[in-house]
Amino acid sequence: MALTNETIKERLIAKFGEQLSHFEEPYGFLTFEAPKDLNLKVLQFLFDDEELRFQFLTDLTAVHYPDQAGRELAVVYHLHNLTDNHRLRFKVFTSSEQPDVYTATQLYSSANWKERETYDFFGINFVGHPNLKRILNVDEMEYFPMRKEFPLEDQTRIDKDDAMFGRGGHLPLAGPTEGATAPAAQ
Amino acid sequence: MSVEQQHHIKLPEGSIEKTTTTLNLGPTHPATHGVFQNIVELDGERIVSAEQTVGYIHRAFEKLAERRPLFQITTLTDRLNYCSSPINNMGWHLTCEKLLGVKTPKRVDYLRIIIMELSRISDHLICNSVVGVDSGAFTGFLYVMQYRELIYEIYEEVCGSRLTTNMGRIGGFERNFSNSAFEKIEKFLAEYPAVLKEFENLFTRNRIFMERTIGAGPISAERALNYGFTGPNLRAAGVDYDVRVHTPYSSYEDFQFEIPVGSTGDCYDRFLVRNGEMWQSLSIIEQAYRKIQEMKGAESEIFHADVPEYYLPDKKDVYTKMEALIWHFKIVMGETAIPPGEVYQSVEGGNGELGFYLISDGGRTPYRLHFRRPCFIYYQAYSELTKGAMLSDAIIVMSSLNLIAGEMDA
Repeated sequence: MALTNETIKERLIAKFGEQLSHFEEPYGFLTFEAPKDLNLKVLQFLFDDEELRFQFLTDLTAVHYPDQAGRELAVVYHLHNLTDNHRLRFKVFTSSEQPDVYTATQLYSSANWKERETYDFFGINFVGHPNLKRILNVDEMEYFPMRKEFPLEDQTRIDKDDAMFGRGGHLPLAGPTEGATAPAAQ
Repeated sequence: MSVEQQHHIKLPEGSIEKTTTTLNLGPTHPATHGVFQNIVELDGERIVSAEQTVGYIHRAFEKLAERRPLFQITTLTDRLNYCSSPINNMGWHLTCEKLLGVKTPKRVDYLRIIIMELSRISDHLICNSVVGVDSGAFTGFLYVMQYRELIYEIYEEVCGSRLTTNMGRIGGFERNFSNSAFEKIEKFLAEYPAVLKEFENLFTRNRIFMERTIGAGPISAERALNYGFTGPNLRAAGVDYDVRVHTPYSSYEDFQFEIPVGSTGDCYDRFLVRNGEMWQSLSIIEQAYRKIQEMKGAESEIFHADVPEYYLPDKKDVYTKMEALIWHFKIVMGETAIPPGEVYQSVEGGNGELGFYLISDGGRTPYRLHFRRPCFIYYQAYSELTKGAMLSDAIIVMSSLNLIAGEMDA
């Protein structure tokens, strides 16, 4: 029997009941939300269950929603059942004051670097991770750059001397030299 | 000199007791084909452990993407796996099209497939010939270069550039394929099989090559899946997972092809799988080319879908028509709002499942864009793959995994 979003949803609700919420299907992709303490239980259940068998972690990342007080950071798991070829996505939300989420490295070796990357950019503290340190950014960095409070530089700013970078900046570009003036009307 | 005085020479702590050698392989090492650093702990010539450091060419693409309108992100995707940038471009366009609900005409799909399979060939060609280079066989690498050159010429005919292609638009291509593009594709289809055969003859049953690669860096199917392997590396371990078949995009379901698989997941199997895939890609290109040739009438001229909000109008129309001018202005200034939504779209890239996870909140730029970069994910298995191997195997494992620094560091 082919796996459908409905059967997955039923099995998950039979197991976890009311704790799972926000079942949606954007573009046919089953998405739901779990409390952050349950993330490993849900992953393990999806992994072990004989019918579900979501045993491939496609992707793990985070999203920052600064306006949602108490649940600013979302950790997003993309899972794939390769046997029945079905995908699902689930999210756990955490606050940015205490961004602790249990690590999935015991279940998936591939979660190691994915979680390090997520930590590096969003500051999610994966509890129990064997080597949680920055991976793409320098170790000395003191902030988590993918959070929304770090906007990219305003492209219209004029207070910076860009001459060093060959862009001229607000300084006049190398203008016409002494002799070469614009062709005067004669 | 008395014994007392000799003791004044202070050797670094632990330097005598230490029986292993620490070797820094990289970040810029001629054998690593990119900016990777490996701190290898050696016992004689055997590897005890390897620690990878990545991030040397991190360029913050995901952050940059949060301020760019959709069409400006294509140039960022070029720079992920730059050995097959058209695949990345097409993957990105497919993601946008999925979010926007754009239906592309069949001819666009087939043209895209031709380009994507050409880039797959060029990607595998480089990877396999570099495995040869690292095991001491330089000939193959130089020999196949002229056919990668031909592939790049085809890109040039289609989009004007060669390496970082920025090819296509949301909805299709910026212009129709020229006759000379089709001529070059025909030339490629006619000449490449003989070259590929000869390339295989150089390596496949070459005793030295076999001795070097068989049993080097093996991985079981179970471990490979657990490590998130995809693409040729996973298939070499015996799992027939291919995005083109499992989640068909761009009308791949219209084509007949096989998925080559290996069994041991070592360098030799990875080599064979890539070679097998090149033959399959050739067959797909041939089928797509035939399908395009069979198209008649108006259908045979279509090269883009009708999406005026995102597809730049013809320059002639911009100068003469009011509507085209408005669309042109809105697109170029990035003033088109993207409908809110959340999509995940993946394509079979040169080295695995390349995924795009895009969240839009209805603004003009993505709220969040995440690239699932296959080589970032499978590079973490490197220390497991090389443990107990010889130092020279470490090099060959690295090149046979097809690691691309640009993709790894995003």
